[in-house]
Amino acid sequence: MGSLIKKLTRSQLTIPLFALFLLVVYNLIRDPEFFSIAIATNNDGNTVLTGNLISILNGASAVAILSIGMTLITSSCKGQDISVAAVAAIAGSVFVSVLRSNEITIPVLLLAFLFSCVVSVLFSLFNGVLVAIFKIQPMIATLILFSAGRSIAYWINGGATPTVSSPLITSIGGFIPGIPIPTPIIIMVVFLILITLVLRLTNLGLYTQVVGINEGTAHLNGISPVWIKLTAFIISGVCVATAGCITVCRIGLINHETLLLDAEMDVILSVAIGGNALSGGKFNIYGSVIGAYIIQALTVTLYAMKVPSAAVKAYKAIVIIVIVVFSSPVVKDFVIRMYKKLFKKQPEDEVQAKAA
Amino acid sequence: MKKGKDLFTENLGKKPREPISNTNLLMTITICTFIGMYMIAMLVWGGGFLNPQQFLDLFNNNAFLVIIACGLTMIMISGGIDISGGGVTALVTMACVVYLEDHGGTVAGSILLALGIGLFFGLLHGILVAYLEIQPFIVTLAGMFFARGMVTIVSIAPRTASHEAFLNLKQMRITIPGLGYYGKTGIFIPAQIELGVVIALIVVIAVAIILKWTRFGRNLYAVGGNSHSALTLGINVKRTKFYAYLLAGILSGIGGYVYLLHTGAGDAANATQAEMQAIASNIIGGTLLTGGVGNVIGTLFGMLSLKTITNIVIASGLTKPYYQSITTGLMLCFFILLQSVILAVREKGAIGLLPEWLRPGKKDKNQS
Repeated sequence: MGSLIKKLTRSQLTIPLFALFLLVVYNLIRDPEFFSIAIATNNDGNTVLTGNLISILNGASAVAILSIGMTLITSSCKGQDISVAAVAAIAGSVFVSVLRSNEITIPVLLLAFLFSCVVSVLFSLFNGVLVAIFKIQPMIATLILFSAGRSIAYWINGGATPTVSSPLITSIGGFIPGIPIPTPIIIMVVFLILITLVLRLTNLGLYTQVVGINEGTAHLNGISPVWIKLTAFIISGVCVATAGCITVCRIGLINHETLLLDAEMDVILSVAIGGNALSGGKFNIYGSVIGAYIIQALTVTLYAMKVPSAAVKAYKAIVIIVIVVFSSPVVKDFVIRMYKKLFKKQPEDEVQAKAA
Repeated sequence: MKKGKDLFTENLGKKPREPISNTNLLMTITICTFIGMYMIAMLVWGGGFLNPQQFLDLFNNNAFLVIIACGLTMIMISGGIDISGGGVTALVTMACVVYLEDHGGTVAGSILLALGIGLFFGLLHGILVAYLEIQPFIVTLAGMFFARGMVTIVSIAPRTASHEAFLNLKQMRITIPGLGYYGKTGIFIPAQIELGVVIALIVVIAVAIILKWTRFGRNLYAVGGNSHSALTLGINVKRTKFYAYLLAGILSGIGGYVYLLHTGAGDAANATQAEMQAIASNIIGGTLLTGGVGNVIGTLFGMLSLKTITNIVIASGLTKPYYQSITTGLMLCFFILLQSVILAVREKGAIGLLPEWLRPGKKDKNQS
């Protein structure tokens, strides 16, 4: 029992999982049917799964993918990339402009995705070079693309919001015929498995943490901090392109102003809620992904409670503050101290009772 | 090797020229860039740039930004960050308008309300960041979400103030003697500034004094430079950080009221991205996010540079909004790289590359 509690207090996943659990329980009490999944037929005649659970998983997939890249950047560079949403708008614009100049077939689709990947990796590398080589704080370095990124997307689109429509696009943004699970969820899972394999089979995860914990030590041990940081930015670039393309496929057009608006804040929040220190060092990718689902679950819950969409932010902020207060080291220490005090006092009381 | 005391008495007699500090160097660069930029704009484009009113409009339109950025400077010097400024501004404008219109409020009451909202956010951020040691980015992000959400809870529709006493205050203009321009009809129109500008300038001077001559200000630099050393020197690190957030919160409240004095309307879209512009002003002004370096005068000139470049872009015929944000990005990039290179060169002491006054102090070398 004692070792279990110790393990729980040490694991960074405890609080995020507990928060998710509380949200689920609250929703079940409020409405027992909340998480029921129904089988329906959509407009294209496919059998699909619908329900709040599916919409939570589906809606969070873009932010979850972005948060994977953000976790690596946070861990190695001790800072956050606030330009992810703007770069995703650029990647989405490139994706659409390639698709619109060709007939949409599977090879063209892959080519377009590859193009947007290359472009977003290049923009990410621009951030990476500023951070890794010029040693600029990540938040400030990425402020450049944060303010200029959406304008570059505007310029690529020529000031319009071009649309793309094709059965292929709807099958990526919605459902593949014959598979009842939304495609973004499948892409998210595949992406997570790929990243897990990369981190498990190579030393990248370990090296990233080492660079984040102590750059000097990493350097002395033969790990190049510059390359590790650049790798984090490259992976983040791929994440950004994927998230951008999924979102474009889902809505069927590219709007540089509103594509993934404010997503960078949600992404950073999900990294923090997942128990990762924003000051770098140890990280857990699953924590960040869970964080993304917590935020989406919270949003869906608030919508279900008929909170107006503009006011959702205020309630979200309160929940976020409660979660981060409970996961703050000071509060954790205090709780553990109180717990120990209570447990130590009990035997003393018993001894006194016996003596009396 | 001389003992410290000998070195001290020796230096007392000669008093060698102090090498310029990082803070002052970065600030000087910003001020020179701004003046140079404005001079070039006056020579090349003339017209509006020669008009003193256009120069003063830089202040009139952005007084609230100066006030928010001043609070942010203090936080950034202490090594933190605050991205809630825009949200608090919007909340203050909306709350004050609704209070004045629907609840029969007075001007004094609305000022108190603005200060109260600022104080609330300052207290919240201060306690969470300083005493519970939560990352400032997340705390102030939550603060921003809360403020932006509360605006729509207070009122979803945009509101305009029609309170008489408030409008009198809003329309108050201060004429600058001796400055002005000749209108199309040849009548001399004196240049005017709004009340908010006076408040902003007072805030800038007050914060500059706090940073330079008070114990709290000096502590801020110590905490931001190295919080462990500050702690071992007996500085109350937590309290210093707490006061920084508290003051910044109050300044956000004042900034919100100044915004209201400028536009007279409460709207959920008020001051969007003001927090990022405030951060950009600070960076251009030479305040480092790593803490310990910065100056509020630099922040003022950073804001002026940021807005002047936008004016120049418009004057040169690139009126599409996306040119403005791209040039803002380029300008940020230029300043960030410049600062990074200068600081790196100074740290490594590549003396051959620098003129004498830029070199790091020789005192440090003697002692080591």
